[in-house]
Amino acid sequence: MPYAAGVDVGSTQTKAIIIDEDLRIVGRALIDTGANVTIAAERAYELALADGDIHEEKEGVGFIVGTGYGRYKVTFGDTQTTEISCHGRGAVHMFPDTRTVLDMGGQDTKAIKVSPNGEILDFSMNDKCAAGTGRFLGGASAALEIPLDDLGPTALRSDKPVKISTTCTVFAESEILSWLGKGKKVEDILLGVHQSVAQRALGLLRRVGIEREVAFTGGVAKNIGMVKAIEDLLGFPVHVSEESHYMGALGAALFAMDHIKSRQSPTKLTGVTA
Amino acid sequence: MSSEQSVNQSASTGHDGADSIVGRGNKEGNRLFREWYKELTTSEERGEKSAYVFVMGSLAELLRSFDLHTVFPEINGLQTAVRHVSESYIADAEDYGYASDVCGYVKADVGLQMRHGEHPMGRIPRPAVAVYTNACNTYIKWAEIWERMYNIPIFTLDVPGTRAEGKQTWRGNEDFENDRLYVEGQLRELINVLEGVTGKRFDIDKLRENMDYANRLSVGFKRVVELNKAVPALYNAVTDGTVYLGVANGFRGRKEGAEYFEDLVEELEYKAANGIGTLHEEKYRLVFVGVPCYPIFRRFGEMFSEWGGEFVGSSYLWFASGGTNTGFEYDLDNPLESLAEGVLITVRDAMDSMFYSDKMLVDMVGPYGIDGVVYHAIKSCRTVSTGLADNRLAVMKDADVGTLLLDSDHMDPRVVSEAQLKNRVDAFFEGLATRKLMAARAS
Repeated sequence: MPYAAGVDVGSTQTKAIIIDEDLRIVGRALIDTGANVTIAAERAYELALADGDIHEEKEGVGFIVGTGYGRYKVTFGDTQTTEISCHGRGAVHMFPDTRTVLDMGGQDTKAIKVSPNGEILDFSMNDKCAAGTGRFLGGASAALEIPLDDLGPTALRSDKPVKISTTCTVFAESEILSWLGKGKKVEDILLGVHQSVAQRALGLLRRVGIEREVAFTGGVAKNIGMVKAIEDLLGFPVHVSEESHYMGALGAALFAMDHIKSRQSPTKLTGVTA
Repeated sequence: MSSEQSVNQSASTGHDGADSIVGRGNKEGNRLFREWYKELTTSEERGEKSAYVFVMGSLAELLRSFDLHTVFPEINGLQTAVRHVSESYIADAEDYGYASDVCGYVKADVGLQMRHGEHPMGRIPRPAVAVYTNACNTYIKWAEIWERMYNIPIFTLDVPGTRAEGKQTWRGNEDFENDRLYVEGQLRELINVLEGVTGKRFDIDKLRENMDYANRLSVGFKRVVELNKAVPALYNAVTDGTVYLGVANGFRGRKEGAEYFEDLVEELEYKAANGIGTLHEEKYRLVFVGVPCYPIFRRFGEMFSEWGGEFVGSSYLWFASGGTNTGFEYDLDNPLESLAEGVLITVRDAMDSMFYSDKMLVDMVGPYGIDGVVYHAIKSCRTVSTGLADNRLAVMKDADVGTLLLDSDHMDPRVVSEAQLKNRVDAFFEGLATRKLMAARAS
């Protein structure tokens, strides 16, 4: 059976995943999206093929699903599915007991309620504002001149977080500078930033109803400070996968495999794509 | 079956009336709308006066009995948005000092007044008087702007609202009669104001005639709303519905308005009898809640129709018609008393349609075959947007439907993100597809 691919073109990064018929990940790639979305999608896909040592002309990829904001720019894809459906599907594949997914990306945060099969029952997203998303952390990183990867570990050294009151990503940088001016420690400011973002995410989760287990996906789930802030607010641990960054692409690849399998047994009902 | 197929089929099966009837409502509605603006454009040259009014309680029947034109600043505003020029009107108001979060309709109107009425549809006359209800809290402050700009009388008609959900009172109830008398007393005061503004004596027979036209319009409007239970839907409640609303507001209390809705009912009954729907394939039947996204009005509709989503109902048809959907009919033997009763019931209903719509929406699900409810919260109007998130949860608790909550604006393109809207709409339909899939599996 041919492979299936998912390409997730996000606002900041593009991810590609190739899976085999046993739904195992056999290739992956992650690159910055940059200005040319179509080229980013193609490049990520090619890198994922190379990562899995897959030669299209030999083994073949039977179906490609594009997802993410740039999904319609995955011009070589067969169809598109939103990252909301894809994150839900990917999270349930990784953690079958998942009923609620929190996906935190570069400019979107989504709370998704899923069925045991990974089908989307309800979702809620941040409105036209980057508060409560990865972009808010990016602003803090810039203001404090600390690499993104160090934000979480630094925040976890704090035991006296400051209160970041603004929800505006732009104003947050001013507020951070203001706290620095008052002599607050960097880790206290950063924990405050993480708690502020987590609080916004909690609001979205409440909109769909928080049902255990909760899976935390998206690029920000790699930030251990954010995982801790979310768990503290929820009062219980959340699932976080090593593949959290790839969850949208994985979900897309799973939908792609549905298409391949439904072609082989056409009576089976699969997929939610248009 | 798609409506195009249906139309073709009806033509080939001998429904000769299709060509002359189908599409008549939209064509005639757009013609009337242009006529109305033409009348307004030349009104001052003819020495005629205008009243500035709003869609929730326009009192057009009474104002027209004094030969006053009715100007709807909300409709002027949405027309600038549909024609992609609202941002420049809003910018003028913001340059003047209005804050970014003030109602987009208000700012577009302020910009319009600063341009001496220059509008894409014509020239909007200055007000001689402003008459408004308390149905929207912004109406009152808005009218005070005109009061200062033009030194005109303004009149607030205070309409008692529903005390609590499901606690409406009706004729025969003591509280209702007190409320009705309270409104009637204010109407009598208003008549004095209008006599002063126009220099004309109140003519109860003219009022009676206008109320008769309003009765015919109301009966037709209610029927139009009900007829969309048909499968496939006969019209899109957001796109076509906005045309119907334009006529319902602009021609209330006029012969043209009465005849328009009688003709529209005839058209829709014909379509229902012959299985003729809209021009889109209908896969999902939806209800729209809130005010439309006028800055990208056409595209907004396409986002749904591309997936086979059809808006068969809309809370906008309820509150933006000022409760005309109730089909309230005046008692022409007692015009003033009945006008008070009608205003009380319809304006109250318009307010309830904004604040207590959850039960109304749940009640629609069965009869209209609803698959999903789409909530459109708008940035600059908290009156219609506050509570939509709770409303959504309440509806999902009591009805097995998908829901979608969108955030954008009715006027300001700067806070409308098409990409974000599309992402949410696509995910909503993916969810609806899942629901159908699960239902198919269960059966």
